[in-house]
Amino acid sequence: MTQTTTPTDERPPKPRPAPVPDHDSAPYWQALHDGRLLVQRCRDCAAAQLYPRDRCLACRGPVTWEEASGRGTVYSFTVIRQNYSRPFRDWIPYVVALVDLEEGPRVMTNLVDCDPDAVQVGMAVRARFEVVSDEAGIALFVPD
Amino acid sequence: MSQNGRRAVIVGVATSDYPKLPEMSEHAVHGQAADRALADAGLTMAGVDGFASTGFFPMYATGVAEYLGLHPTYYDETNAGGASFEVLAEHAAYAIEAGAAEVVLITYGSIQLSQMGRRLGTGGGGGSGFAPGPAIYDALWGNTLVGSYALAARRHMDQFGTTAEQLASVAVTMRAHAAGNPQAQERDPITVEDVVSSRLVADPLHKLDCCVISDGGGACVMTTAERAADLETTPIYVLGAAHATTHHMNISSMPDLTVSPAAQCGPLAFARAGIGPAEIDVAQLYDSFTITVVLTVEDLGFCAKGEGGAFVENGGLGLGGRLPTNTDGGGLSACHPGMRGMFLIVEAVRQLRGQGGATQVPDARIAVAHGTGGMLSTGATLILGKEAP
Repeated sequence: MTQTTTPTDERPPKPRPAPVPDHDSAPYWQALHDGRLLVQRCRDCAAAQLYPRDRCLACRGPVTWEEASGRGTVYSFTVIRQNYSRPFRDWIPYVVALVDLEEGPRVMTNLVDCDPDAVQVGMAVRARFEVVSDEAGIALFVPD
Repeated sequence: MSQNGRRAVIVGVATSDYPKLPEMSEHAVHGQAADRALADAGLTMAGVDGFASTGFFPMYATGVAEYLGLHPTYYDETNAGGASFEVLAEHAAYAIEAGAAEVVLITYGSIQLSQMGRRLGTGGGGGSGFAPGPAIYDALWGNTLVGSYALAARRHMDQFGTTAEQLASVAVTMRAHAAGNPQAQERDPITVEDVVSSRLVADPLHKLDCCVISDGGGACVMTTAERAADLETTPIYVLGAAHATTHHMNISSMPDLTVSPAAQCGPLAFARAGIGPAEIDVAQLYDSFTITVVLTVEDLGFCAKGEGGAFVENGGLGLGGRLPTNTDGGGLSACHPGMRGMFLIVEAVRQLRGQGGATQVPDARIAVAHGTGGMLSTGATLILGKEAP
């Protein structure tokens, strides 16, 4: 279960890629940089959503930001054992998961600080923040 | 389907050489398939007034049309990834029936294997520096193309108890069919044990749960039933068609990872054809990964949601099985140049004409070809029949 195909590479590790904030996403990335996970909430129909966009996905209403608890459950996951792109190949094996936040939206993330073979659908997880640039952070998740 | 008394039929089909074409340009693959499909129809380029194709840059179809020497007055390059060619054929049927075109040539060509080698298969998740717009939300985490389908497979297994062995049985059956296809990329028989003991690429998908990566292409020619009466070929009728999409390339935006767009377009296509899944004699279902087929048989209504694993195991998709599927060996074993949908149409037509060779389904009268594209993002269903509806 732990076979990998990482080619040998003597170059220094490449950092995790950082997002480039745009008009819709800048508050989201900035909040993550500051250690808070935000979701968008529709002012009209109260639906919660991510990824950030300018209107509500359910009704096209206006949206506002609210802070999320940072807790959720694993909807699904995979253990990536082959990826030739840097920096990801240096991480192999690593867990890519879809997490359903308590507030409703589903986000993709990496599950860290856990044995990849111990991850299960439905397990409780919580956000752990990491700064990736001067203007952005990300939410990794760990077992809760 | 029909308007103005005009009814669309497929009169010519062909595949190019495959699976390895190091000496050919992408356009040459289109051209070889086009020449063969027109010859199969008993037509020439001079009679073609409509053209459709698609690829990975804008105005792709116009480029291929120029290469072929065509100046078409109907053209289409709708890109739905692996489902593109079912959509293009549906659109062509509408155009022909509306009187907007008389003879539509649809071509596909790819030299993905020779151009890029095997890396494309897992690199689809993108890397740093190239994740425009919303793509960034999935690109940050090192997810891959295989990883996206693995997320669907894991969810299906957890929600419905589907097993790795059931998924593997799809690959085993496709390989058995490939043994009857002299062109197939992989022809040596495999067992369920071979699949589940092959290297994990992205849990729970193993190497043998994934399609091959190939060069190749295909083409089909469509016209009216009236015109087909003057041709030597046996016309194949488009009985019904539909397509759907739920999200773009972020699997995190897929509403339910166990329900593909086939759940929308499948029932629509059957309703438009006026038949049900039980009347299908042979199926050509996009098999980018084993899980793709399990989701598709459920969503098209061949079994209930969650029962796809049981449906496909023990030769359920084999000749004489519940639903003979991918009789050419599919993308899992025969050929997968990136957007395989054209191969589904070609093989469906060959089966309905009785040209299926070693894997001919006896007396096949009605076939379904269903393409799936992107990250389970698009679906397109074509229901084809050898008799006029």
